[in-house]
Amino acid sequence: MSIPLSWYIVFATVLFCISIAGIFINRKNVIVLLMCIELMLLAVNTNFVAFSRYLGNPSGQVFVFFILTVAAAESAIGLAIVVLMFRNRRTINVDEIDSLRY
Amino acid sequence: MPMNHAVFQMVCFVAFAVVAVGAALAVVSVKNTVHGVLALVLTFFSAACLWILAEAEFLGLALVVVYVGAVMVLFLFVVMMLDIDLEPMREGFIKYLPIGIAAALIMLVEMLGIIGVRTFNVPAGPDPAGSSNIEWLGTALFTHFLLPFEIAALILTVGLVAAVVLALRVRTFSKHQDAAAQSATHAAGRLRMVKMAAVTAPAPAPAAKEPQP
Amino acid sequence: MISQNLLIVLVGAPLIGALIAGLLRNRIGRAGAAGIAIVSVALSFALSCIVFYQLVWGGAPDFNANVYTWLEVGKLTIGIGFLVDRLTALMLVTVTFVSLMVHIYTIGYMAEDSGFQRFFAYIALFTFSMLVLVIANNFLQLFVGWELVGLVSYLLIGFWFEKPTATFAALKAFIVNRVGDFGFILGIAAVLYGFHTLDYSVVFAEAPSLAGRTIEVVGGHPWSLATLICLLLFVGACGKSAQVPLHVWLPDSMEGPTPISALIHAATMVTAGIFMVARMSPLYEMSTTALSVVLVVGATTAFFMGMVGIVQNDIKRVIAYSTLSQLGYMVVALGVSAYAAGMFHLMTHAFYKALLFLCSGSVIMAMHHGQDMRFMGGLRKKMPITYITMWIGSLSLCATPFFAGFYSKDEIIDAVGEAHLVGATYAYWCVLLGVFVTALYSFRLLYMTFHGKPRWHVEHGLHEEEGHEPQPGVLPHEPKESPLVVTVPLILLAIPSVVIGWWTAKPLLFGNWFGTSIFVLPEHAVLPKLAEEFHNVWAFGVHAFATPAFWIAFAGFVVATYVYQFNPKVADRAARMFLPVFKVLTRKYWVDEIYFNLFGRGGLKLGRGFWKGTDLGIFDGAVNGAAFVTERSSRVFRRLQTGFLYHYAFAMIVGLILLLGGLWYWGLH
Repeated sequence: MSIPLSWYIVFATVLFCISIAGIFINRKNVIVLLMCIELMLLAVNTNFVAFSRYLGNPSGQVFVFFILTVAAAESAIGLAIVVLMFRNRRTINVDEIDSLRY
Repeated sequence: MPMNHAVFQMVCFVAFAVVAVGAALAVVSVKNTVHGVLALVLTFFSAACLWILAEAEFLGLALVVVYVGAVMVLFLFVVMMLDIDLEPMREGFIKYLPIGIAAALIMLVEMLGIIGVRTFNVPAGPDPAGSSNIEWLGTALFTHFLLPFEIAALILTVGLVAAVVLALRVRTFSKHQDAAAQSATHAAGRLRMVKMAAVTAPAPAPAAKEPQP
Repeated sequence: MISQNLLIVLVGAPLIGALIAGLLRNRIGRAGAAGIAIVSVALSFALSCIVFYQLVWGGAPDFNANVYTWLEVGKLTIGIGFLVDRLTALMLVTVTFVSLMVHIYTIGYMAEDSGFQRFFAYIALFTFSMLVLVIANNFLQLFVGWELVGLVSYLLIGFWFEKPTATFAALKAFIVNRVGDFGFILGIAAVLYGFHTLDYSVVFAEAPSLAGRTIEVVGGHPWSLATLICLLLFVGACGKSAQVPLHVWLPDSMEGPTPISALIHAATMVTAGIFMVARMSPLYEMSTTALSVVLVVGATTAFFMGMVGIVQNDIKRVIAYSTLSQLGYMVVALGVSAYAAGMFHLMTHAFYKALLFLCSGSVIMAMHHGQDMRFMGGLRKKMPITYITMWIGSLSLCATPFFAGFYSKDEIIDAVGEAHLVGATYAYWCVLLGVFVTALYSFRLLYMTFHGKPRWHVEHGLHEEEGHEPQPGVLPHEPKESPLVVTVPLILLAIPSVVIGWWTAKPLLFGNWFGTSIFVLPEHAVLPKLAEEFHNVWAFGVHAFATPAFWIAFAGFVVATYVYQFNPKVADRAARMFLPVFKVLTRKYWVDEIYFNLFGRGGLKLGRGFWKGTDLGIFDGAVNGAAFVTERSSRVFRRLQTGFLYHYAFAMIVGLILLLGGLWYWGLH
């Protein structure tokens, strides 16, 4: 394979930074926040895959496998919470979720 | 021919990467959340292609099947199911845009600076997986990582149960079967034994009153 | 051979008696409690006599063994054990005998008291404690017994705890004894430091190694270890045996019931200090400094406390000061290394002082618990047995020739005359003049109590009036002789008070009767010098008529007779003439006042200072200050906890950016 490792790293970093920016600008919508987190995980996973390939070590890909597992569970629960929250509060605006504020 | 193969791979990488980054930008910037989810699907799809380019075929396919096929559909369902007023959500979008971009750029520069991109400007060796990526991955997964694998299964189960418990709404007015009560039943709940006198042969008329059952 | 089981029973019986009498007091009743206590103490007495017999005539060797391992700390093993030699045996017999007499006497004296069973439990417990003390074979067990007798003493002084004066006296005794006990336990610690063991036999065997050893308690000032050990232990003895300056508790302890005064505060417990010093004679012989201190303290107590006795009006207080004075004599004997004389005086004193106290108790009963001698007089005809026995006790106390007290006290005076320690001359004058004082207050007491015209009168029907404050000198009915349970112990104690010296004086004083249990360096030995002049007790008694001590005592008798029998007005005139002296004596040298103002009020002020300054100021200030700072700062910091998810996310990201920047800038190394 002839693509250099650095291309993957740059791609993953860019993806990661986009999701950071997304968290900043979409700070009120919980669903978009969740999607940004998925993007971040994707960036990390890309790194794992690339390093696994270039170092010839399967552990990286196994890690990706587990991250996918945990991320799936996380988004399932996260979305369930969003649904529950919307059902109770009729909103998913982060601004209005402040019952535990001082 | 190998040269052309390499150029083709690079072209493919750039193409998928550009699509993925563009879709990711769309995810964080579009106004309609549904469009955002669809853009995310595109990002995942392109990323899966990049993974396959890196000869991680199994994970690339898993990403498509699991993420695009299941998680993203779940996102779509939720987004479409919830009747969300989007206007307040967009508040401060313009205000925070420069900050977001600035933070992202700073971070980008920092990360690339730390990693030192040039250090990693190396081509890969021959595919360690040989012919089958799945075999390679599976051998690792079912030998060294067997216990974490089992735990991952457990985590998924817990996630499933948790999601159901969280989102379940018991409607009091709906008619439904109670399976537990059905299988826990026993004879006394269904059958009433009544003690009654034996039926005798037609007796002389006035002799006795018939016991009524 | 002395049986170990016999010793266990000997010591344990009073404890069992005390527990039964105390814990089951309502079930077994008054007779039961008295019975069990008396039987247990009688058993102890009988076994003590057996031990004494075996040891002295039976040829049994000294008994020294541990019966139980109490604790092991590192290399230090401390057991519960018995050391029975002649010194112990003498104490055992004396203690159990006096204790038995007091038990019997108590039946009569406490007959009307509601705390009858409790009292028996206490005195049986006291007997047990005292036995533990004297039979100990190591310092820690000695200390246990030491503290136990202190505790029982506290309980018994405060026996009538409804009386504020009694509880005060009990507290005072306890606190003053604490001071002594603190010194005592420091002394034990010093012994441990010096010998790495607390076992008597080892310590005494190694005592000569103390010579020349020093210890730097204060940096740069090496002190003789022997002197330090002996002085610290003597502080304990001062507390327990009521020597100046820790004597203040003993006169006040007369608030307790009279049998207690006889048993604890005259005959046995207060002699624990004397016994302890005699027991530690191998240690004390190593330090002439300590012996000098002992000598001077004892002489001071002997003379100056006797002086106070002259001006007291409370019959028991007179005897209490007499006790202080006599304890002083014993301590003086110890100071000149005449341990045997000290122990001998301890024994004779136990008999006649217990007798005097029980006599005074008998008088007090007759006077319906009036103790003021100014309202007595003329009781001679009313209570002849008490009268005669009290005369006997007083004569013995005043060292009248041929009485028991004579042999012991005269010997002490002679021994001091022979001694060459620092302070011996002062001590000699103190004990010699002390004889005059002793005679004076003894006969003053006798005359004021039994002779002259009655200064009381009888008002019949006084008892019926409820809540009537008893007036001194006003009695509900005629005083009469006490019942048999009271008079029999008096007679039984009067007999040894006269005769005990006749055949014990020679072996105890000059016959090296104590053998190895008392150790005297040859250069300190004064008794053998006196032994050269000693032929037999009769010649010794006759010889007394040629000594200054006898004539000084006789002078005291003459003065007392003239002043209190024939011309009572002289006393008042003398009091006016020597007003400053009189005042000093009635105020007891202001020692109480000094202690109250210095330690009492000083302690209170110090405590208040600690409370207000240290506790409220520093500690509370620190605690409250910490809470205040936390509260104030958290008021600021909680602003950071906005509750908005994106604030936290921002914070995380900003932190990440800074971290990455730092990493980039400074590198990983």
